[in-house]
Amino acid sequence: MYPQDLHYTKQHEWVRLAGDIGVIGITDYAQQELGDVVYVDLPRVGTKVERGKTMGSVESVKAVSDIYSPVSGEVIEINDALATAPEKLNESPHGDGWLVKIRLSAADEIQGLLSASDYEKYVAEETGH
Amino acid sequence: MTPPARLQATALNSTHRRMGAKMVDFGGWDMPLQYSGILEEHRAVRSTVGLFDVSHMGEIEIHGTDAAALTDYVSTNATAKLQPGQAQYSGLLYEHGGFVDDILVHKVASDHYFLCVNASNQEKDYQHIASANRDQAAVELSSDRYSQLAIQGPRALATLQKLTAADLAAIRYYHFIDGSVSGIPARIARTGYTGEDGFEIYFAPEHSERVWNAIVDAGQEFGIKPCGLGARNTLRLEAGMALYGHEIHSTITPFEAGLHWIVKLDKPDFIGRAALARQKEQGITRKLIGFEMTGRGIGRDDYEVFLDGAPTGWVTSGGPSPALNKNIGMCYLPSERAQPGQRIQIMIRGKAVDAVTVPVPFYKRAN
Repeated sequence: MYPQDLHYTKQHEWVRLAGDIGVIGITDYAQQELGDVVYVDLPRVGTKVERGKTMGSVESVKAVSDIYSPVSGEVIEINDALATAPEKLNESPHGDGWLVKIRLSAADEIQGLLSASDYEKYVAEETGH
Repeated sequence: MTPPARLQATALNSTHRRMGAKMVDFGGWDMPLQYSGILEEHRAVRSTVGLFDVSHMGEIEIHGTDAAALTDYVSTNATAKLQPGQAQYSGLLYEHGGFVDDILVHKVASDHYFLCVNASNQEKDYQHIASANRDQAAVELSSDRYSQLAIQGPRALATLQKLTAADLAAIRYYHFIDGSVSGIPARIARTGYTGEDGFEIYFAPEHSERVWNAIVDAGQEFGIKPCGLGARNTLRLEAGMALYGHEIHSTITPFEAGLHWIVKLDKPDFIGRAALARQKEQGITRKLIGFEMTGRGIGRDDYEVFLDGAPTGWVTSGGPSPALNKNIGMCYLPSERAQPGQRIQIMIRGKAVDAVTVPVPFYKRAN
């Protein structure tokens, strides 16, 4: 269920790497836990983000959750479609519901992230299933 | 598939879990937060019909020749005006005028009153009423004897009518009858907490699954959706209805909460009357008002409200309104400023975001 080509965090974000550019999103588990997403607050293009630090938030009907950047770097593009269609985050969390693209400043940070199978194991432990 | 041991569960707990509801700890109760999704459930109630298990709600019954006097003495509203078969929204207050709870009083007979109270307040309410019992009324916490389901929405009547011989259209708003649903004896009240037409039914818990399933089947042709507490909250917020612990609590009076209409100072004495009479004379210092976000962001429960750049109030409930497609909420402001059209700011995670005060309710059904 979790794409093999993505790298995951325990805060339920993912990174899809292409050269030194990382596409960032939140996982299917995260969107399920949030419920209907109604608002996404993303950093501006050009913002420097740091691994593990808050870079925005996702709000569902019920609650608000921080988005933690899984890598350090500079935001080079944001998913504008989410401003008018935040439900894409529920419909396609690993695809159309991506959040931002970041030019990585420390490519080796990727090594510290989880593989799909490790993430799946982590989620299973978290939820006790 | 059982609830955590520390939580209380309704008779429908396993049904909710089997049907895939996302469960949540709601004031010590293991309750469905949502089934298909809060937005979808909300829209079902606004456009057709939704079904809620609200069996966590408490019931307190007052019997005997002194039942009417006791019920009236603990209520802010004029229960003496009720006819048998009539229900009334009311406040249960402390002497200082703050809320013990907000309640629905049903007059079953002149010697029998049936109170529907908030789940997490039921023990406290019972103690409060029992200790005010100066005469010979019998006060009973009877929550264990009832399941409560809410059938809400424009097709609620058509749904429930299939399951009862009673003429539901003849039950006026805030009235009830004792009849049956799906062959099970039930109290059927035309009440609700969504801003839509609908019914709340009370019956013996052992029949819960049968009644629940019968309603789901009866509503199938209308696209009935089982709903959780998430949609219940967005629906009542749009309708501008108070939630205990948010708009009202032990240090808030009915006048501050905009609930003047449930306070009858000219009826015989009741607990909290003196404090309310004093407040009426002196005036209130803070008042509940609605708001709409004009800036980008969602003002949520407990966020600070700023007026002229200074913190002056707090959000009691806030969130997205699916019907209006806006972000709405209610907040307390200094009473002289609690009028529609006031520009305010809500501190959202360290950022002051613009909003404007508006009257409540946010949503009113067409008919």
